Amino acid sequence: MKVKPRSPIAGRVDSKSQSFPQNTPRLLCYRVMRRREFLTLSAASIGGVLVYSLNREVFRLSAQTSKSVRIALRFFTQSEALVVAAAASRIFPSDEMGPGAREAGVAVYIDRQLAGPWGRDRHRYTQGPFEENASAEFGYQAKATPQQIYRQGLKDLKGFDRLSSAEQDGKLKEIETTLFFSLLRQNTIEGMFCDPIHGGNIDMVGWQLIGFPGPRMNNYDDVDKHFGEAFRPKPASLGQVTRSRVRPSEDLE
Amino acid sequence: MKTLPSVDVVIIGGGWSGLLMAKEIGSRTALSVVVLERGGPRKTDNYGDDMDELDYTIRLRMMQDVSQETVTLRHNASQRALPLRQHGSFLPGSGVGGAGEHWSAVCPRFLPDCFELLSRSIEKYGSQRLPEDHAIQDWGVTYDELEAHYTRADLLLGVSGQAGNIRGKQIAGGNIFEGWRSAEYPTPPTKIPYFSSMFGEAAKSLGYHPYPVPAATTSRAYTNPDGVSRPGCTYCGYCETFGCMIGAKSQPTNTLLPVIEKRRNVSIRTGAWVRRIVHDASENKKRASGVVYIDENGQEVFQPADLIFLASWTLNNTRVLLLSGIGEAYNPTTGRGTLGRNLTHQVNFPAVTAFFEKPLNRFMGSGASGIMFSDLDGDLFDHSKLPFLRGGTVGARSARSLPISECGVVPKSVKATWGSEWKKAALHYYDRTGRIGFSGEHLAYKDNYMDLDPVYKNHFGDPLLRLTLDWRENERKMADYVIAKGIELAREMGAKEVSPFSGLGSYDATRYQSSHVQGGVIMGSSPERSVVNPYLQHWQVSNLFVLGASSFPQNASANPTPTILALTYRTADAVVDRYLKNPAALA
Repeated sequence: MKVKPRSPIAGRVDSKSQSFPQNTPRLLCYRVMRRREFLTLSAASIGGVLVYSLNREVFRLSAQTSKSVRIALRFFTQSEALVVAAAASRIFPSDEMGPGAREAGVAVYIDRQLAGPWGRDRHRYTQGPFEENASAEFGYQAKATPQQIYRQGLKDLKGFDRLSSAEQDGKLKEIETTLFFSLLRQNTIEGMFCDPIHGGNIDMVGWQLIGFPGPRMNNYDDVDKHFGEAFRPKPASLGQVTRSRVRPSEDLE
Repeated sequence: MKTLPSVDVVIIGGGWSGLLMAKEIGSRTALSVVVLERGGPRKTDNYGDDMDELDYTIRLRMMQDVSQETVTLRHNASQRALPLRQHGSFLPGSGVGGAGEHWSAVCPRFLPDCFELLSRSIEKYGSQRLPEDHAIQDWGVTYDELEAHYTRADLLLGVSGQAGNIRGKQIAGGNIFEGWRSAEYPTPPTKIPYFSSMFGEAAKSLGYHPYPVPAATTSRAYTNPDGVSRPGCTYCGYCETFGCMIGAKSQPTNTLLPVIEKRRNVSIRTGAWVRRIVHDASENKKRASGVVYIDENGQEVFQPADLIFLASWTLNNTRVLLLSGIGEAYNPTTGRGTLGRNLTHQVNFPAVTAFFEKPLNRFMGSGASGIMFSDLDGDLFDHSKLPFLRGGTVGARSARSLPISECGVVPKSVKATWGSEWKKAALHYYDRTGRIGFSGEHLAYKDNYMDLDPVYKNHFGDPLLRLTLDWRENERKMADYVIAKGIELAREMGAKEVSPFSGLGSYDATRYQSSHVQGGVIMGSSPERSVVNPYLQHWQVSNLFVLGASSFPQNASANPTPTILALTYRTADAVVDRYLKNPAALA
């Protein structure tokens, strides 16, 4: 699919963006964003160096600065986004092994997926009758869309982001077998390791963690070498490899 | 309904078989040929920026849109069938090139005895040994008759590999069990990545006869007999569920389209959704007069044609004929009717998932670069003391290691499924995990079949296709046998931990197995037991040919594309050399 140059539906400058480097793009508002909800994160609030993306552009914010980042939400309310960010970071925590869901921007990734065709079941067969109690071999048969499953599931997690880590883990254990949790877990993995165009895996932190180089176009000279030893080329994203702006499906439909 | 001017030939479906037929008839005759493809247009250079696992492997951007149309499934006739609401056990393609765009390009031929499965099995074991409810039968064509066409298919795609049997002479390093080949592969084997190479060593030391996987992701630049050139593979690993970014993987768009585009007598209409083939049963001749489709503007169109090829993938071929009322729908209770019978799905599973100490660098490879062996395929090993018949190939390919799909696969010793402990294991094992795959034969059974669903409809209100499908003891026992062999192989490779496949159980529509769903419009030598004759010509409607794996009476262990292409070439010859001179039944 050939990519057309990106033209924002509507654009405006967020006041906070003035403190960013000059080439930081404008914070874009989308037609799908009905609420004016933002996810506000500060570098200090998560400790260390915050690496974040505004609409797939990567930039860094030093932990020393007290500036906060506001990211326009497409589906979640701000409080929902904070709960999802907190839950995702218990599923894939930031720990001594390295960064996790918080640094990768998993909550932003999930927000965009839910607002996009996947969240709306754009490509699922949704004609009835529905057989909610079908055996697992027939796949998901119920009516609820991912948007509805999240919205319902998040009702039980009100205030989750203000709990201690141990309390959060306890709460997640309680819902471990729910469809909502299995979606959240799967989406967390997606947000960790997707191409950064989707809003997750910011600065390719996920790929760096596991030594995945991204869409490396030519392995001809290496594929039959390096036997038994780790060969870890520096990661490059699809945008970097193709030197073009690839539009992800959540922005197309 | 709008009626268009008549054309000579209409081809329904723009995948491998439809476009190969368009190329053959378009180049060898002056007939006007129209290909109707319900998906969108595609060009060879469409794939420069598709290497995005999320959109292509997880969200499956290249596949048929199941919100419009899917199939329903039940395990047996006593159940109510349910729609497959999202993609799962197989992946139908959409758009020009069809499933031939997103395949992994593994290109083995079928074993010679597959084509005469019923007679060879009875000859060797007697009919007592066959499962009571089997429906296997001979194809009406033999390997020897097909060999020249297999060779044409190999040359068309530039398949990479090493021959193991050239005109009866065994060659070490190739598949010594394969049917005779008239020539070496067009290009040498692909490079072999580490994991596959380890598998090859282990297989050899256990007494098997491993060989490089035959691959249409060619090992070096190649120009085929049509003058179409493609570059050699660079082992980026983005093959299955993707189109090849450089065109090294043979796909209809980079192999057939360059020839078709130069033919002024061939045109491809995209967004053309065929609903039925119109035929007049009252006429003595029983000829089809054309097809009705919905065009890209939503208008219903009648396209008259003299000759019709239905080439719209296994499942849809069956469905279009059922909706058109052409032929008699199969009834498993009475055994009457042939349309829809012999539904099979290749027995495909990872025999073991193996966890290693050393990193495997699995991001490098291709969908088809790897090592496999055929010692446990077909009737090549002694079944006299085994509780099943037939078999399949065992192999270790090096693709499908993309991180969303693979990170988080951990050994069973790791109990956590989220949190720090799980994360630690997930990071460690991401590039230390490999799978030994099995691809086995699926016998046909009387109660595995297709018909129209009585409840669920597509977006035009036409009934969905209903699959009645489940495994039988033969497949389950074959799987158990192979899983045990897989554990031995993984241990020999030095795996630290091994997770064996849990067994077949009942047919699981959520686990991707392969897209090798076959049957429904099967070929054969008698109209009582098959829908099309050995030239894929409809027994009752002589100006209708049905191409593709819908014609396979049962499922062989090998990937179907080379056999589909070989049969399509054979049909093209029969049509051009015989049918056009005398439009009548060819058999």
